[in-house]
Amino acid sequence: MNPIHILALTWARSLEFLRDRGTMAWNFALPLLMVAGFAVIFSGPGKPLFTVAVLAPETVPLSADTHPFLGTPSVSFYRESSLETAQAKVQRHRIDLAVDLVHMQYWVNPESHNGAVLEQLLHGVAGEPLRRQEVQGARIRYVDWAAPGVLGMNLMFSCLFGTGYVIVRYRKSGYLKRLNATPLTAAEFIVAQLLSRLVLVLLVTVAVYLGCNAFLHFRLDGSPWALLLVAVVGSYAMIALGLMVAARVTSEEFAGGLLNLLSWPMMVLSGVFFSIDGAPAFVQWLAQWLPLTPMLEAARAIMLDGAHLLDPSVLQPLLKLSAMALLFTLLGALGFKWTQD
Amino acid sequence: MSALLEARALVKEYPKVRAVDGVSFEVPAGICFGLLGPNGAGKSTTIELLEGVAKPSGGEVLFRGESIAGGKSRYREKIGIQFQSTALQDFLTVRENLRLFQALYPKKRPLDELIAVCRLEEFLDRDSHKLSGGQRQRVLLAIALVNDPELVFLDEPTTGLDPQARRNFWELVRSIKAEGKTLVLTTHYMEEAYALCDDIGIMDHGRLIARGSPQRLLAEHFDDSVLELPAADALRAGSELPFVLRGDWAELSTRDIAGALAILQKAGTPLDHLRIRPRTLEDLFLELTGKELRA
Repeated sequence: MNPIHILALTWARSLEFLRDRGTMAWNFALPLLMVAGFAVIFSGPGKPLFTVAVLAPETVPLSADTHPFLGTPSVSFYRESSLETAQAKVQRHRIDLAVDLVHMQYWVNPESHNGAVLEQLLHGVAGEPLRRQEVQGARIRYVDWAAPGVLGMNLMFSCLFGTGYVIVRYRKSGYLKRLNATPLTAAEFIVAQLLSRLVLVLLVTVAVYLGCNAFLHFRLDGSPWALLLVAVVGSYAMIALGLMVAARVTSEEFAGGLLNLLSWPMMVLSGVFFSIDGAPAFVQWLAQWLPLTPMLEAARAIMLDGAHLLDPSVLQPLLKLSAMALLFTLLGALGFKWTQD
Repeated sequence: MSALLEARALVKEYPKVRAVDGVSFEVPAGICFGLLGPNGAGKSTTIELLEGVAKPSGGEVLFRGESIAGGKSRYREKIGIQFQSTALQDFLTVRENLRLFQALYPKKRPLDELIAVCRLEEFLDRDSHKLSGGQRQRVLLAIALVNDPELVFLDEPTTGLDPQARRNFWELVRSIKAEGKTLVLTTHYMEEAYALCDDIGIMDHGRLIARGSPQRLLAEHFDDSVLELPAADALRAGSELPFVLRGDWAELSTRDIAGALAILQKAGTPLDHLRIRPRTLEDLFLELTGKELRA
C-alpha cells in the first residue's frame, strides 16, 4: 500500500465532504436538534409507556391473577432474574420500576417522574401491599441516557450513508472506473474512504458532544478517552458496514434501500431512545447482532457507570464491535468491484 | 516502426454475447490509431481490453512485446485514459483534481505544462462540476496526461461537443501527437477519424473487418465519386440512373461523372442543386457494415 495514494485520496474525499455545505450542516444540526429536543421533552412529565421489571419465580405468571398491579394498562411488565440488574436499570432510567414479588417490595428512582406516577398506580391497586425501596446512587437524567443514543445514531447514519451511498455514486458516475485505470489499488481506495470518514465523523461527533454539553452538562463518570475509543471502533464498524453494502451495488436507489434496511432496525432495536429490556427475547437477541447495540452499551457503561476499558461492561461490547468491524472490512474488501459491469 | 501495442486474438464473452471475437492488430509507436464501428460492434469492449480495465476471455494484449496481464500496475503507470463518460470528484477544483491524479503516479508531468498543453488557465480554480462540456473534456485529457504516458487512449472524446469545441479539441490531440505520443482513439465522427488518424480499424460484430490508413482504405474500396441531387429532382427526372435515397437527397456513385451528367441533362433533370463529392470514410463505413454510423 502506498501511503501517498491513501493520503491524496483521503484529502480529496475530506475536501468534498467539508465543501458540501448542505450535508455538512445537516451532520451538525440533526444531533443538536435531537438532543435539545429530548432534553426539553423528557425533562417534563414522563413518557407515555412504562416499563417495569418483575422479580418472580419462572413458575409465577406475570398477570393480574398474581398481583393486581401486573394488570395495569399501558405498562410493560417483564421478568428479571437479578435484583442487582433490576436496581441498576431503575437507577439509569432504563426501566421505571422494579417489583420483587418474592419479598413483596418495589424499587423506585426518586429522580424518575415515571417512577413517581407508577408508585401512585401501585398504591391505587388492591392486593398485598409492597414495601417501598429507593435505589441509591447519583442522579441520572433521561437526557444523560439518551445523549449517547442520539450521538451514536447520528454517527451511524453519517458512516453508513457517507461511505456506502457515496461509493455507489462514484461507481455509477464512472469515477471509480477512472481511479481503477490508475495505479491505485482497491485496498488503498478502501483505506482512504475509511480514514476520511472516520476523522470527519469523529470531529463532528466531538464538536456536537461538546456543544450540547455546554448547556446540558452531560454526565460522564468514566474516561473521555475510553469514550473516544468506543466512538472510533464504533465508527470504524459502521463505515466498514457501509463499505460492505457498497462493495458491488451499482444502483443508488438499491443502496439507499439496503442502508435504510440496516439503519432503521438499529434506530429502533439498539436502544437509541428507549431501552428494549421489556421487548421479546428474539428482539433482544437480534439487537445484539447490530453494531450500534454494543457501541451504545459500552458508551453508556463509561458515561453513566464510570466503567473502565477493562470492565466487562465495556470490554465485551468493544471486542464484539471490533470483530464485527473486521468481518465487514474483510467482506467489503473481498467483494469490492470498481465498475458497473 | 515497432509495435507499441498489440492485440492478439482478443476474445471477450458475456453470458449471452461474444462482444469481441478474435481481434488482432498492432499499433506502431507514434501514430494515432482510430477504432471505428457502429454501436454494439465491440469497439468499446476492445478498447477496455487494451486499456487493461477489462479482462479478456481469450487472447492477450501486449505492450512493448510483454503481456499486460503480468504487470497491470506497471502498464497503468505508462498509459493515460480518457473514458467516454467520467465524473470528477464533486467540490474539487480543476487544479485539485489534477493534483489528486498526479499523486497516484510515480512519474508526473509538471502541472504548469499540463495546464498549458490542455489550455486550462481560465478555469483552473473552478469547481469541476461547473465546467462546460468542452472544458470538461480538456480537463479529462489533462488527467489522462498527468503521468506523461507513452500511450493515450481517447474513447469518443468529442461526443456531445459543439463543432467549435470539437475542432479545438482536435488541435489539442494534434499537439499531443506532435510530442511523439501514441494515441488510440474511438469516435463516431468520420470527419474526426479522417482528420486525426494515421491508421484506422473498422469493427463490426466483434471482428475487425478493415484496417489501414484512411486514404489507402478509400483507394482500395472505391474508384468512383458521388453525385448528389435533391431526392425530388432526381426522381422527377425519371432517368434510369441507379440513385440511392439518403433522406432528402439521392446519391449516385459513378466512375463516369460526365456521362451521368449527360444522361441527366437529356432527361431534363434540374441540376441547380447538384453536388459532386469524393468518397469519404462515411461511405466506406456504410459499405462495410451496412449501417449508419450513428444508428
